[in-house]
Amino acid sequence: MRSSLLPGPIAAQPWRVIIPLTLLTFFGATVLYSAAGGSFEPFASSQLLRYGIFLLLALVMSYMPQELVRWAAFPVYGVVVLLLIGVETIGAIGGGSQRWLNIGPLVLQPSELMKPAIVLALAQFYHSLPPGLTGSWRALIPAGVLIAVPMGLVLMQPDLGTSLAIAFGGAVVMFLAGLPMKWFVGGGIAGLIAVPLAFFFGLEEYQQRRVTTFLDPESDPLGAGYHITQSKIAIGSGGLFGKGFGNGSQSHLNYLPEPHTDFVFATMAEEWGLLGGLAVLLIFGLVLRWGLTVARRAPDRFSGLLAGGMTATIFFYVAINLMMVMGLAPVVGIPLPWMSHGGSSMMTNMICIGTIMMVDRWNKSRRSSSLQ
Amino acid sequence: MKKKFSTGSLRNSFERRSFIIGSLQGGIGLLLAARMGYIAVAENKKYKMESESNRVNLSLIPPRRGWILDRNGAPLASNKADFRVDIIPDRLNDPATAIDTLGELLDLSAVQVKDLKAKLENVHGFQPIEVASGLDYDAFAAISVRLPDLPGVVPQRGFSRYYRTGPSVGHLIGFVGPASAEEYEKEPSQLLVTPGFKLGKDGLEKEFEQTLRGKPGARRVEVTASGRVVRDLNTREDTQGQSIRLTIDGPLQDYAARRIGLESGSVVVIDCLTGDLMCMASMPSFDPNSFSDGIGRVEYKMLSEDERVPLRNKVLKGLYPPGSTVKPMVAMSFLEAGLDPNESTICNGGLRVGNRVFHCWNRRGHGRVDMSKGIYQSCDVYFYYFAQKLGMNIIADMARRCGLGQTFPLPVTSQFYGTVPDPEWKLKKYGREWQAYDTVNATIGQGYMLFNPLQLAVYASRIATGNKIMPRLLLNGSKPSFDGMNFHGDHVQVIQQAMSDVINGPGTAGRARLPIDGIKMAGKTGTAQVVSLNVSSGKGGPWKYRDHGLFICFAPFDNPRYATAVVIEHGGGSGSAYPIARDVMTFLFDPEKGLEALHALEKQWGGTAQERLAARYAAYAAEAGVDIPPAPNDPADIARKVDAEARAAAAQPQEVATGAVTPGPEPVDDRQGGSPE
Repeated sequence: MRSSLLPGPIAAQPWRVIIPLTLLTFFGATVLYSAAGGSFEPFASSQLLRYGIFLLLALVMSYMPQELVRWAAFPVYGVVVLLLIGVETIGAIGGGSQRWLNIGPLVLQPSELMKPAIVLALAQFYHSLPPGLTGSWRALIPAGVLIAVPMGLVLMQPDLGTSLAIAFGGAVVMFLAGLPMKWFVGGGIAGLIAVPLAFFFGLEEYQQRRVTTFLDPESDPLGAGYHITQSKIAIGSGGLFGKGFGNGSQSHLNYLPEPHTDFVFATMAEEWGLLGGLAVLLIFGLVLRWGLTVARRAPDRFSGLLAGGMTATIFFYVAINLMMVMGLAPVVGIPLPWMSHGGSSMMTNMICIGTIMMVDRWNKSRRSSSLQ
Repeated sequence: MKKKFSTGSLRNSFERRSFIIGSLQGGIGLLLAARMGYIAVAENKKYKMESESNRVNLSLIPPRRGWILDRNGAPLASNKADFRVDIIPDRLNDPATAIDTLGELLDLSAVQVKDLKAKLENVHGFQPIEVASGLDYDAFAAISVRLPDLPGVVPQRGFSRYYRTGPSVGHLIGFVGPASAEEYEKEPSQLLVTPGFKLGKDGLEKEFEQTLRGKPGARRVEVTASGRVVRDLNTREDTQGQSIRLTIDGPLQDYAARRIGLESGSVVVIDCLTGDLMCMASMPSFDPNSFSDGIGRVEYKMLSEDERVPLRNKVLKGLYPPGSTVKPMVAMSFLEAGLDPNESTICNGGLRVGNRVFHCWNRRGHGRVDMSKGIYQSCDVYFYYFAQKLGMNIIADMARRCGLGQTFPLPVTSQFYGTVPDPEWKLKKYGREWQAYDTVNATIGQGYMLFNPLQLAVYASRIATGNKIMPRLLLNGSKPSFDGMNFHGDHVQVIQQAMSDVINGPGTAGRARLPIDGIKMAGKTGTAQVVSLNVSSGKGGPWKYRDHGLFICFAPFDNPRYATAVVIEHGGGSGSAYPIARDVMTFLFDPEKGLEALHALEKQWGGTAQERLAARYAAYAAEAGVDIPPAPNDPADIARKVDAEARAAAAQPQEVATGAVTPGPEPVDDRQGGSPE
C-alpha cells in the first residue's frame, strides 16, 4: 500500500478518509457561507477552524496504542457518566434542563461524548467476555446496564435524539459481538410493543407533538409541521441543479428553520439541487464504507467492534438527519456531521473518525509486523 | 439446537453481520437518494410553486374610484391623496393596547378610541378597520417608525373620497365605506378586504359601484418569513374607475341645498327640454365626507335622533299630501273632460253637497270663480263643484299621466310611489265605497293623496310643456325626445296663463315673482295639513304639527325651460316654499343675483349648511360625552334602517278618512285680493 513517492509519515496518513471529509467540510462551509448571507462570519470560518483542530486531534489520537485504549475504556465511560450526572445536578439546581457544562472557555456536552464512550466500553466488555458466554445472560445484562444508565440520564435532560443515538451505537456493537439473533428479533418485537407505550407515557408533550406532526406535517403547516414542510419545499424547489449559489430563498428569507445547523442539508439542496445532494450522499457513503472496511480488517475482536460501532454512530447521525429533512423521520435535534455548524457534533464525529483511524493504524502495524 | 460460541464462530458472525450492517447502510443511502430524487424532480413543480408563494407576497392596491361629475364636468365626488392608517385585527398581538397606542400617536379622542374598540369586536378578523385617514405627514411618519412594534397596523398612502360640497350632495350621491362581512360573502374577492378599499354604501356610489370601482393595482414584494418586505419585485398600477356624468348642475344643487336653510325640505329642478334632473337637494343632510371616513357614534346619534330625519333622502322617500299644488292638474283633467275654462261657479266660502257643507279656505268666499281664478286664487269651491260633476276617475287618470304616484327609471337605490286614490283603490285597500268627501279631499290634494317631490317636479314639467317629460340623471350626450301628453287645443296655454297669474297676476304668490326682467315664472302654491284644524292651526306650535309648504313652478311661463318643485316639511304653509323656489329659479337665470340673496340669508342663519352642520356636531359631541351606544357596524345598515323608517312614516296617515278636510287659510301674501304691487 505504501507509495514510495511520498515521505513515510505523510504516506502513513489515512488519505482515503481525510480527502473526502475535507471535501465535505469545505462544501459544508460553502453552504454556511451562503446561509450567512455571503459571509465567512459567523459560520463558515469557525467551522473550518474547528475542522482543522479536530482533524489534528484525530490524527494524534490515531497513534494511541491499543493497550492504553483498552485500559482506559471503562474509566472513560465512568467519567462521562459522572459528567452526565453533573449536568443533571446543575440543571436541577439551576431549575430547568441543561445539556452542557461550562468548563472555563470550553462548553462541554457530555451526552455527545457518551456516543463514542458507550461504543468503547461495550467493545472492551465483549472483548473481555469469554466467547463461550456469548449466548448467556452474562453477555446481555451488563451490556444492557451499560447502555441503559447513560440513556436514562440523557432522556432526563430531555434529549430523545441523543439517547437514541447512544442506544443505536450500543445495539450495533452487541449485534456485531455475535449475540444470538433471536434476542434481536425478540428485542425488535418488544420494541414494537414498547414504542406506543413509550410514546404515550415516556415522551414529553413537545416530543409527542413532533412525532404526530411528522406523521402528518400538513396538519399544522404553520405550527410544528412548519419545519418539515419548509424543509421539503427547500429541497423540492431546488430541483436537479438547484437555484444557484446564494440564491436560496427558503434559507435567506428565513422560511427554513435552522438553515445552518439541523437543516443545513435543505439549505444545500435548495442551492445545489439533487446533484449536490447525491454528492453529499456519495461522500458519506465513501466515509462509512471506509469505516466498515477498517472494522472488517481488524485483527482482533476489540478493534473490530470499536471501528464498527464508531461507524454506526456516524451513520446514525447522517441517516436520521437526512431522513428528518426529507420528511421521513420526526424532527429530532440531530445535526448533519461535518456540514452542520456546531462544535459538539464536530467533536463527536471527529472522535469517531479518529478512533477508526486508530484501528486502521493498528491493522497496518499488525500486518506489517506479521510480514516482518 | 444449542449454538456453540467460540472465537472462530464469533469471527464468522462478525464478518456476516458487518456485511448485513453495511448492506443496511447502503440500502438506507439508496432510499435517501431515491427520496430526494422524488422530492426534487418528481415534485419539483409543486415545491417550486410553494417556495415562490412563500417568497412573494402580492398585495393589492385599491383602485382610485371614478369621479362623479356634474353636467358641466365639475366633480361632485373626487379623490384626495392622503395618508391613512388601517389595522387588520387578525394580525394584532394585543388589540386593546395597539389601539391605545395608536390613539396616543394620532391624538384620537376618547369616543374615537371607543368606536374603534367596538368595531374590533364586531368585524371578522381579516377585515381591515380604518383608524384614521387624511393624516398629515408627521403623524403618518410617527406610525411608520413604530411599525416593528405594531404588527397588524398598516399605514399607507392612498386616496380617500372627497365631496367638495359635502351635505349638499349627501343624499344624492351617497357615500363609501369598507366592505361589510355580508358584502364580502356576496363577493369574496381579496380586494374587498384590502386595507383602504371602499365601496359605495348608498346613493349613486352604490348604484354605480361596478362602473366607479376600477381595477386594483398590485404590488409584488419579496418578504421574509416574518413578513418583512425585502424588496419590491414589480408593481402594476391600478386602473381608475370610470367617471359618471350626471345631469345635476353642481352649483345649482349646492345653492338649492343651502337655500333650504334652517328648514327641512327638498328642491327638485328639471330641465323641460331634456328631462335632466338638474337638482335633487334634500336637507338637512349628513356630510358624506365624514360618513366615508367611518360613522362615529356621536355623529350617528345626532343624526338619527333628529326629528327632521337628516338621513332620509326626502326627494325620493319623502311622501307628502300635495295640497293645492294638484289644482292645475285637476283643472287640466276638467279641460280634457270638456269643461269650458270660462264656465264658472259662485264661491260663498263653502259648497253644500247633500246635507254637508265643504269649506273653502277663504271663508268669506271668492265670488264668481272661473278656472283661471280657481287656480290663481286657489279657490277650493270651484274644484269641489266641478269635481262633483265630472267624477274622481278623470282626476286620478290625469294624476297618473302627469307622473304622480309613479316611479321613474332612475339609477337610485329606491323611490316611493305614493298614492293616487280612486274608487277602485279605496275599495281594494279599505273595502269601503268612494264618498263625496273623498273627491273633495282629492281635489285639494289632501286625504289619501301622497306624492314625493320628484313626482311633483315631473308633474310640473309635464303640465308646463304638454310633453311627457321623463326625468334622467345620467348625461349621455343624446337629446331625448318626448311623446306629447295629447292635451287638446290651447289647454296647456290656459294652465300656463293661470299659473303665471298665481305669481304675476292677482294670485296667491305675488312675492314669488322673479327679480329678472323679461322672465316670468308660473307656479302654484300648496299648503298641506298634517293634523286637523282642531289639533293645531298648522301655522305655529309644535314643529311636527305645522303644515307642509309646497310650491311647483316653471319658467319662463310661456316657453318653459325649467320646472321646479319645492317641498318644505312643516314649514307652516306655502309661504315657506315659494321664496326658495323663486331664489333657485333666479339662480338658474342669474347666478349673481341668486347668490346675493343667499349670502344675506346665510349671514342670519350662521354660515353655510356645511359650516352649520360642523358647528352643531361640535356642540352635540361636547354635550354627549362618551357614553352613547355605537353606530351600526355597516353603514349599509343605516341606509336600510332609514328606508324602513321612511316607509313606516309614509304609511302613517293612511287611515281611512271619515270626512272632508277643512282647509286652513292659505298664507296668501300681503297683496291679498290680488292688487298689484
